[in-house]
Amino acid sequence: MAKDPKVLDEVTILFAGDSGDGIQLTGNQFSDNTALYGNDLSTFPDFPAEIRAPLGTVEGVSGFQIHFGTREIFSPGDKCDVLVAMNAAAFKKNFRRLKPRGTIIVNTSGFDKRNLKLAHYPEDAEPLEGLEGYQLTKMDVTKLTREALKDIKLGTKEKDRCKNMFVLGYVYWMYNRTLESTIDFLTSKFKNKTDILEANVASLKAGFHFGDTLETFRSRYEVRPAAMPPGEYRNVMGNQATVLGLVAAAEKSNLPLFYGSYPITPASDILHQLSSYRDFGVKTFQAEDEIAAIGAAIGASFGGHLAVTASSGPGIALKGEAIGLALMLELPLVIVNVQRGGPSTGLPTKTEQADLFQAMYGRNGEAPVPVVAAHSPTDCFDAVFQATKLAIEHMTPVFFLSDGYIANGAEPWRFPKSDELEKISPRFADLPAKENETFLPYERDENGVRPWSIPGMKGLEHRVGGLEKEDGSGNVSYDPDNHEKMVKLRQEKVDKIADFIPEQSLDQGPETGDVLIVGWGSTYGTIKIAVNEMLEEGYSVAHAQIRYLNPFPKNLGEILKSYKKVLVPEINNGQLVKILRAEYLVDAQPLNKIKGVPFEAAEIKNAVLEILKS
Amino acid sequence: MSESNTANKLSPKDFSSDQDVRWCPGCGDYSILKQVQTIMPEIGVPREDIVFISGIGCSSRFPYYMNTFGMHSIHGRATTIASGLKAVRPELSVWIITGDGDSLSIGGNHLIHLLRRNFNVNILLFNNQIYGLTKGQYSPTSEQGKRTKSTPHGSLDHPFNPLALCMGADATFVSRTMDRDPKQLRSVLMQANQHKGTSLVEIYQNCNVFNDGTFARFTDKRTKEESTIFIEDGKPLIFDQGKRGIVLDGFNPKIVDMEGRSADDLWIHDVNDRVKAEILTRFFEDPSDETALPRPFGVFYQEDRPCYEEMLEQQVKEAEDRSSNRNLDQLLRGNRTWWAE
Repeated sequence: MAKDPKVLDEVTILFAGDSGDGIQLTGNQFSDNTALYGNDLSTFPDFPAEIRAPLGTVEGVSGFQIHFGTREIFSPGDKCDVLVAMNAAAFKKNFRRLKPRGTIIVNTSGFDKRNLKLAHYPEDAEPLEGLEGYQLTKMDVTKLTREALKDIKLGTKEKDRCKNMFVLGYVYWMYNRTLESTIDFLTSKFKNKTDILEANVASLKAGFHFGDTLETFRSRYEVRPAAMPPGEYRNVMGNQATVLGLVAAAEKSNLPLFYGSYPITPASDILHQLSSYRDFGVKTFQAEDEIAAIGAAIGASFGGHLAVTASSGPGIALKGEAIGLALMLELPLVIVNVQRGGPSTGLPTKTEQADLFQAMYGRNGEAPVPVVAAHSPTDCFDAVFQATKLAIEHMTPVFFLSDGYIANGAEPWRFPKSDELEKISPRFADLPAKENETFLPYERDENGVRPWSIPGMKGLEHRVGGLEKEDGSGNVSYDPDNHEKMVKLRQEKVDKIADFIPEQSLDQGPETGDVLIVGWGSTYGTIKIAVNEMLEEGYSVAHAQIRYLNPFPKNLGEILKSYKKVLVPEINNGQLVKILRAEYLVDAQPLNKIKGVPFEAAEIKNAVLEILKS
Repeated sequence: MSESNTANKLSPKDFSSDQDVRWCPGCGDYSILKQVQTIMPEIGVPREDIVFISGIGCSSRFPYYMNTFGMHSIHGRATTIASGLKAVRPELSVWIITGDGDSLSIGGNHLIHLLRRNFNVNILLFNNQIYGLTKGQYSPTSEQGKRTKSTPHGSLDHPFNPLALCMGADATFVSRTMDRDPKQLRSVLMQANQHKGTSLVEIYQNCNVFNDGTFARFTDKRTKEESTIFIEDGKPLIFDQGKRGIVLDGFNPKIVDMEGRSADDLWIHDVNDRVKAEILTRFFEDPSDETALPRPFGVFYQEDRPCYEEMLEQQVKEAEDRSSNRNLDQLLRGNRTWWAE
C-alpha cells in the first residue's frame, strides 16, 4: 500500500539527457501536467545549438528545469531538488546544480563504459559511487522500457525512443499525478501511428507502475495547488505570448497583421505559430533574408497593415538600415528582438540581454526608436501589445525586447478577455476637406504624430523616402535649418510618448531606503525572489523593473534619487546602468553576469550585501 | 477602388508631380519618365491605386516625379518593400524603379527571389552599365576591362547578363527596351503592365556624364539596324532592314542572308518558348565584333504562373472558411485551461 505522500511547498526538477532523448518534450509534458494540477510554475529549457550534437557528450546535453509550488513562483529556480540524468554526460554537467541531499534519478544504462568515456570521465571513474547523503534512485531505463514493450511489434530503436516516457511516468508517480494530460497529448500527436502511440503509452504507464513496484522506502510527494488569484488559467511560453499579443493588437486596432521574418534562433517559433493563424487573416512571409523580411514589413505598413518583423541580435543588425528608413518614413512597425548570446553568432541557444544598446543606438544618424521590454513569459503578451499600440498610435517603429530565457520559458497565465484589452486607434488621414487644399503628409498633431495615408486614398497621393524631408510637405530638402528641425521633431515625437506610458512603479520595498535594485527584462523573477528574502530579513531594499526603456517613465529619475544606492543587475556587461548614469547622473552600480544563463537569487543578494558594506 | 474610367480622363501631365526633375541634362532617364507618364492614363488604374517604389541610385529618384503614391527607399531593397505591399494590397498597381547597381549588385538577392515568387509587379531596370550617383564606378553590368574611377587598371569582373539571370530565376516576363526608342519603350511597358506576374523590363539607358555612348551601337542610326533585332511574338527574327535573319541550327542561332530566302524559314519568335527565350538572352556578344549576333529588343519570354499574393489570399480565405467561429477569446484560451478559485 502506498504511503501517504509527503507534502512539499515547492520543488525544482531538472530533466537532463542527450539531445536525442526527448528531454524538452518530457519537460513540457511535466509542465503542462503541473499547470493543470494547479501549481504555479516557471520553466527554463537549456539545449545545445547543434541539432544532433555528438551522442553522449557533455556538449550534447539538453536540459529542462521546472520550478513549481504551492506558493507563487517567480523563476525556474537556482539549484534543483531533483536531478533526472539520462546518461553520464547529463549527470556530469548538472550535478553541481543539485542541492545538498537532493534526489538523483539516473538511467544506469547511460553510465556504461562507452558513455563514461564519451562524457570524458577518467577510465576507472564511478560517478554514482560515494553519493551518500543524496537520495539516489538507479534504474536501467533502457532495459525496463524494452521489457515493458516486449509484446509490441516495433524495432528496438523505436522502442528505445520511448525511454523518456518511462522516466516521465516515474516522476508522475513520485509527485502523485495522473497520466491523462500526457496520454491525451500522445493520442493527438500519434493519431496516425497507432503502434508508436501504444508503445509510448505503455512505457509511460510502466514507469508509473515501476514506482509502485519498486520496493521502496522512497517517498511520494505532493505539492498542493497554489493559491493563485482566482480566474481561468492556461500555460504559456514567452514566444507564444508574444504571438498572442500581436494577434490581439491586430484585432484591437482593426488592422490585419503582416509578419515578415527570416528564421533565426530563438525567434523562429513566432513565425511558426503566426503562420498557422491564416484564419485570423494573418499573413506571414518567410523572406529570403533579414533585410527582405523588414523591407516587406515596411511595404505592408505603407499599405496600411499592422506590420511586424522579428529576429535575434545578428538579424537585427542586418535590419538596421531599414529600421532607419521606417523611422524616417514615420510608419508604424513592431520589431521583435528575442535576444541571445552575442556578439556575432555568439551563443544562439543561450540567453543574454546585450542588445539594449543595439535597440537604443544601433542605427546611423539621429535615430530614436521607442523600446519596450518584457519581464516574463506571460508579460510578453502585455508588453508586445503595448509596444504595438505605441507604434500604431505614434507612427513609429518600436522595439520589443524579449530573450531566449523568457521566450522558451513557460508559466501559468490568467489570460485576459478580449473586451478587457485596450483599444488601439490608428490615425488614418482624413480625405482632404477642401477641393484645392494640398495634402501635407508630414503635418503633425499635438503629439508630433503625422497622419497615416495609404495607397487607395484618393487625393492623398504623395511620395515618401529616406532622404531628409521638408517639415509638413515631406518633399526632399537639403536645407540646413530644416534638417536640424526635423531631427528635433523626430526626437520630440519619441520623447512625448512618456506622456502615454504609465509612471514607473516599485515592484516591492520601501519608497525610500538603502538600496534600489533596477532591472529590465528577464531578470525580474530572480530579483523579486532576492528582494523578497531580504525584506523578510529586515533589509531596506526595493525593486523596480523597467518596461519602457525609451522613453523612460517620467518619474524614474525621482525614484532613483530616493535611495542611497542603486544596483542594476543585467545579463550583459553593463548597458542599462550606463544609460541611467548618463540620463540621471546617479551613481548606479552594475551587477553583470555574462554566462548565457540567468542570475541566481543568491548572486543578487550577495551583491546587495556588498554594496551595503561599501 | 474607384472606377477605372476616372483614370481614362487623365492626361500624362496629371501624372507629373510638382517637383523639379533633377537628373543631368541629356540623361536617358528623362525619356523613360516621359514614356511612363504617357502610358499611365492608358493602363486603366486610378491614380491613387498606383505606387512607384525605388531603391537608391539616379533612376531611383523617379517616384518623386510621379504624381502617384511613391516611396524612395534604401539601396537594393525596393523589391522587398514592393513584395510586402503587394502581399497585403493585391489590387494596387506596383512599379519598381531600379538600376543595374541597385537591382543586380546590392539588391541582387532580392531580385531573384521576387522573380521566383512572381508577385504581380513591374520592374523597370534602368541599365546604364555604370554607377552614376556615386560618380562613375563600374557596375555589375559594365564590360570586363572597363576603366573607371575605381578600376584605373580595368575591371576584372565578368559582367552579368541580366536577362539570362532573370530566366534562370524563372521570371515569367522578360523584356528589353531602350531610352532612345520611345515607341518601342511604350509598347514594352504596356505589355509588361498587362502581364500578370513579375514583369522584368530591362531598359538600356544612356548616362551621358559617366558612360556616354555605351549603347551607341544599338541606338545610333548608323549602326542600329545591323546591331539590333526587334522581336515580336509570331514574327520571324529579321533585322538589318530586312536584309538578314536568324535561323536555328539545332540550338545554335545563325545569321543568314535573306536574299532568295523566305521569312517563313527563319526562327519564328514564340514568347512562350522557354528554351528559345534562353537562347535569345544569350545574344549578348560584344557588339563591336563584326560577327556578333544582333542584340534583341522586345518581349523575350512570357509565362502564366500563379502570383504569390493570389495564392496567399487564397490560403487566408480557405483558412477563414474552414474555421468560421474563430475569435480572439478562443485563441487566448488555447486548448487547455484550469480554474483557480
